[in-house]
Amino acid sequence: MRVGFFLAVRQLGRTNKGTTALIIFVMALTFLNLVFIGGILVGLIEGSTTTYRQLYSGDVIMSVLDKKPYIEDSPAAIAVAESLPWTRAVSARYVAGGLLEANYKDRTNYTDPPDQTNVLVEGMNPEDENSVTGIKNHLVEGSYLEPGDIDSVLVGSTKLYQYSPIDTPGLKTLKNVTVGTKVRIDIDGNVREFTVKGIVKSKVQEMDSRVYMLDTSVRDMLGRTDNGVNEIVMRLDSQSDADLAKQALMVSGIGDRAKIQTWQDAQPKAIKDIEGTFAMLGNIVGSIGLVVAAITTFIVIYINAITRRKFIGILRGIGVDAIAIEFSYVLQALVYSVMGTAFGILILVYILEPYFAAHPIDFPFSDGILVATFSGTLIRAALLVLASVVAGYIPARIVNNQNVLDAILGR
Amino acid sequence: MITVEHLHKEYQSGDAKVVALHDVGFSIEQGEFVAITGKSGSGKSTLLYQMSALDYPTSGSVVIDKTDVTRLSKNARAEFRLDKLGFVFQEYALLPELTALENVMIPLLMRGVSLGEAKDRAAGALRRVSLGDRLGNRPSQLSGGQQQRVAIARAVAHDPTIIFADEPTANLDSETSKTVLDIFLDLHQNGQTLVMVTHEPEYAALAERIIQLSDGEIVSDKKTR
Repeated sequence: MRVGFFLAVRQLGRTNKGTTALIIFVMALTFLNLVFIGGILVGLIEGSTTTYRQLYSGDVIMSVLDKKPYIEDSPAAIAVAESLPWTRAVSARYVAGGLLEANYKDRTNYTDPPDQTNVLVEGMNPEDENSVTGIKNHLVEGSYLEPGDIDSVLVGSTKLYQYSPIDTPGLKTLKNVTVGTKVRIDIDGNVREFTVKGIVKSKVQEMDSRVYMLDTSVRDMLGRTDNGVNEIVMRLDSQSDADLAKQALMVSGIGDRAKIQTWQDAQPKAIKDIEGTFAMLGNIVGSIGLVVAAITTFIVIYINAITRRKFIGILRGIGVDAIAIEFSYVLQALVYSVMGTAFGILILVYILEPYFAAHPIDFPFSDGILVATFSGTLIRAALLVLASVVAGYIPARIVNNQNVLDAILGR
Repeated sequence: MITVEHLHKEYQSGDAKVVALHDVGFSIEQGEFVAITGKSGSGKSTLLYQMSALDYPTSGSVVIDKTDVTRLSKNARAEFRLDKLGFVFQEYALLPELTALENVMIPLLMRGVSLGEAKDRAAGALRRVSLGDRLGNRPSQLSGGQQQRVAIARAVAHDPTIIFADEPTANLDSETSKTVLDIFLDLHQNGQTLVMVTHEPEYAALAERIIQLSDGEIVSDKKTR
């Protein structure tokens, strides 16, 4: 062991610095390969859940109980939500099913089906909604609703052909609808004409499939006088715990009148399923990455050992035992992998994660970020180091097992 | 001290079977300086490798200090070489990343000598070959002759029973060769057993006994003085 350490320290310290740097760089890239694809897969879903929380559910969402038309005693629930110490903003939403119709003025043949599609109509206070979801930043055309815009609507992009060019029986989209276009909205037989003021496009299906108008407009169309809303969404202070807020709402008795969910509870099942699927994919890709890492290390150490085959032969020739030589190579592999992994972690933490946080990958249904949890990164680093040690031992063993004389004479 | 009996070594070269040593036998006493000579391909290096437990013969035995090295396992041979033998190779065989001092320290450390003592003994061995001022130099910073002297210092540092030298002057000019051979003579005068392979009759003549090989067989074995 002592001689192995003696040899390893000197070989590491006196090998060409460029070669050492290259090996460490290769190890760092190997480590990043191990965490990157899995991290992006997880980040893709993380981006999706983050966007869902940011744009739709808020930190806590209260919604209608089954078989109820609205949240009973909504003003009291809103008041409780606003009174919680962690609450930063609250928005109350009226939500009703309806029909959105366009191009009706150009319709000459009334035997043709109308150009219309099913929508969820959301009535809200523009200021409140924006303070919870930041919807204002997700208009691709036009401008946001103002308090006096009683005849204006925002339309979700998935309802418009130019943003969602599919036209199947279940997913009808409207053509030729843009800012300024007149549309008709039918809620329970009450039909009113509105002007499209803006088009909403985010990466949250629930948000992009709605039509937005002022709460007063929906109330008029619904003929509702009791202030009963369908959804109440809350934005908490950034460090606050959504579970704590949910608990407080439950304690106040709102749980009897509304379904209270944290943003995690409210995630659609599809997202949860995809999350599980991607986690599995991440593990599979990670396993392949680990094999690639082990092979890379094997090649690096093997080349190192092969180029020193003669010197290994000399050491064996003068009586240095195989264990000392193998230990020196394992130690070198350990140092290369630890340094490479440490370098990789630095790149990950200080360059890649901040970069992807600032410049998410534009996936169709989410802004993908790079997610590398502390424990996940640590496990991968440990696995890589372990694989490197094994991969470092094998070539040293192979070279060591060769005929001493052949190694010395270079045969 | 060394007894070689019926030593036979053959190997395959393509389809042909080559006999490198045929029924070789002789003895070497403690403190002898023996030169093994012969033309290229005569089997002199092969004989040295069998004697020094670096290679396994096809048959026959090499007994050193009552141990038949041909019957030792691979690891036992390595241990035996470490304990009993010192080597000087034709191409110096120094580790390029290690300094002269560190190269000489290796066999000492392997034998369990402490780091401090290994340093002292290695430095002493290097001083014996007039390299006391080159302890911190790496092989690439030394001339061929200096590298060979480091190799000799490494071979003697752990006080081996026998030193085997395989063409130690082959890569050196005549002046440097003389310096190296003077060191061997000095070691011999101090009682060191030496077995040197050389193809130079002039250098072989410095030994007290010359064994001459031809086609894998001993053709002469005579004392020079």
